[in-house]
Amino acid sequence: MRSYPADYELITPGSLDAVLCLLSDEPSQWTPIAGGTEIMVLFGAGKLATRKLVSISPLPELREIVESEDLISIGSGCSFTQIRRHAAVKKHFPLLAQCASLTGSIANQNRGTIGGNLANASPAADSSPALFAYAAELELISTRGTRRVPYEQFHLGYKKIALAADELIRAVHMPKRFGESFCYARKVGTRNAQAISKICVAATGSLRHGRVEEIRIGMGSVAPAPLRLIGTERVLLGAALNDATIAEARKALLNEAVPIDDIRSTASYRQLIAGNLLEELLREFAAWGDRK
Amino acid sequence: MSTRKFSFRVNGVERFLELPPMARLLDVLRHELGLTGTKEGCGEGECGSCSVLMNGELVNSCLVPIAQAAGASILTIEGVGEQTRLHPVQKAFLECGGAQCGICTPGMILATVHLLNKHPRPTQEEIHEGLNGNLCRCTGYMRIFEAVEKAACAIESGAME
Repeated sequence: MRSYPADYELITPGSLDAVLCLLSDEPSQWTPIAGGTEIMVLFGAGKLATRKLVSISPLPELREIVESEDLISIGSGCSFTQIRRHAAVKKHFPLLAQCASLTGSIANQNRGTIGGNLANASPAADSSPALFAYAAELELISTRGTRRVPYEQFHLGYKKIALAADELIRAVHMPKRFGESFCYARKVGTRNAQAISKICVAATGSLRHGRVEEIRIGMGSVAPAPLRLIGTERVLLGAALNDATIAEARKALLNEAVPIDDIRSTASYRQLIAGNLLEELLREFAAWGDRK
Repeated sequence: MSTRKFSFRVNGVERFLELPPMARLLDVLRHELGLTGTKEGCGEGECGSCSVLMNGELVNSCLVPIAQAAGASILTIEGVGEQTRLHPVQKAFLECGGAQCGICTPGMILATVHLLNKHPRPTQEEIHEGLNGNLCRCTGYMRIFEAVEKAACAIESGAME
């Protein structure tokens, strides 16, 4: 059943302050809509529960990418097109540029925003693994002020996020310290373009005297929410990247990557592919170390 | 709930309409303005048959609430080319057999116009990416890709005349 547009309200306040006041005065009454690539799908299918929407897509305060000496701040309203084309993102955060370019089609990248992707909190979100890999922090804003939440503390469960009813995601901040790091990202889907991931992964790492000094691995579609593979990383830290370590890491991965059967794939396929991707990334990491 | 007044440009013509703000741009084009060249396929942003340009950017019109198109400039298939003279992209699709059943064609042509605006001489990879959100179940895509290349050449040689 289609939705009937006249049953819905959609307002467009002129400023971020006005949106925040609305969210504060009438908590849980209004749902923000940015590019609409998720909400309008639900609307079209007659499955959009909320009846009151507030448009945040035109707010210039949310659409800037600001670069400082040691940080980049990406406004939550930035589209994937804006992100993947931005020179500083491409230079310092190539995995994020790559993940943005793998998110949906060109038309969806033109409309879809990083803030919407994160607030929608799909376990299969393509931008999430890169944010784990780059130690991102989210800036949340409300009339009460702003606060920062490390991205790995943002997802609390299936479609549950650490965002209060009166808050918006304002920006994603990432430290510019991964320029020399190993980096890896790969997405497995049904077709090369515009597929929702069966599995997506992104990682950064560094070695010291042939041993893993730092590693950060983000994975999508293997848990109720996007996941940083903390347990697997722990097995790798301080270890040399040989066959035995890689086997250990694959074993550790099985403890924290617990995918399910759904319309896009099966648990057993996802578990196998997750292990294969982990192995590929670790072998590339080792080869990267040998070249240095 | 209430309707509101919106104005936007469609194919160069200023339009004023009173509508529910959540009306989909696709439905407004087809039902309010009679511009039925824009097709509805999946209605969920997967197939690209409802592609139009909004302020020069390719969008799926099924996913745009009209309130977010207020003040925008929209280009639909009816605004590509002229009544008596086809746009080079349309001509190339015809000549190469890039259209069969025709449902995807308006969207394919808008996606191609968008691609050639950004990349006047696209590589194969750029062509594949530029059209990756537009599904065609007839052609197998090869004739569409040929049409894009032909259109790029035609536009380039036209620009030199």
